[in-house]
Amino acid sequence: MESRRDVFQAIADPTRREIIGLLARKPANVNEIAARFDMSRQAVSLHVKVLEECGVLSVVRAGRERRCSVRPEKFTEVYDWLDPLRKMWESRFEQLDDVLQKVRSTKTKKS
Amino acid sequence: MKRSLTMNFSVDRDNRTIHVKREFVAPVDDVWAAWTQKELLDQWWAPKPYRTVTRSLDFRDGGTWYYSMVGPKNDTHWSRADYEGIRPTESFGMYDAFTDEEGTVNTDLPRSRWKVDFRASDDNSTTVHITIRYDKPEDLDKIIELGFKEGFTAALENLDEMFEEKVN
Repeated sequence: MESRRDVFQAIADPTRREIIGLLARKPANVNEIAARFDMSRQAVSLHVKVLEECGVLSVVRAGRERRCSVRPEKFTEVYDWLDPLRKMWESRFEQLDDVLQKVRSTKTKKS
Repeated sequence: MKRSLTMNFSVDRDNRTIHVKREFVAPVDDVWAAWTQKELLDQWWAPKPYRTVTRSLDFRDGGTWYYSMVGPKNDTHWSRADYEGIRPTESFGMYDAFTDEEGTVNTDLPRSRWKVDFRASDDNSTTVHITIRYDKPEDLDKIIELGFKEGFTAALENLDEMFEEKVN
């Protein structure tokens, strides 16, 4: 099965999200990442490969070492995609706040 | 004193689910009423500059809310929500859809299943947790493109103007 390779695929998996979080703080090589997780170097290596294919990691090869770092600019794609929807909910809820306040003051007047 | 209210908003694309969580400074009965009574819903449901016009609302399991969102140029978008799993002041579910004026579902547009949970944090505040699940991951993209992004931006209004000019 061919799967999508984009930033959404990258963040779909909890382990991959953790790897991104780790590398966002400090670039590391595959061994260093593996040391932080309860899984084999091979499994970590596979996640790194996926993340690289998704375009969210830059992996620089130096001899047998693979130095991984996050490409933060890729994540604005997620933000841009969500932003209109987030704004819609914020605007909606501000209106709901007003309604609730109105309901409250009507009750206070009655009692 | 006005407290700043934070909203948690997240999208799980692979599970085609949107989660929204928000606290309201009001007792749970008031918040429940605002979500389930047409007179109140009409005052907040549609995001600006749209307004909500309810045609009918029958809040019971199997009942339906027929409403439209009307834009500043009177462009009207009809929708319906079919209620399910109502547990008064605790939670309810609904299955939403875009429709035509008669309330017939437009099957070309995404449908989603909603679960809305209400929890009293204390006597005077309530947390609402909304889970919206779409049938397909593409539906999420589609809904953002169609309804929420273009529909509520000036771009579409400009487009409407362009069409009007062409017609006239």
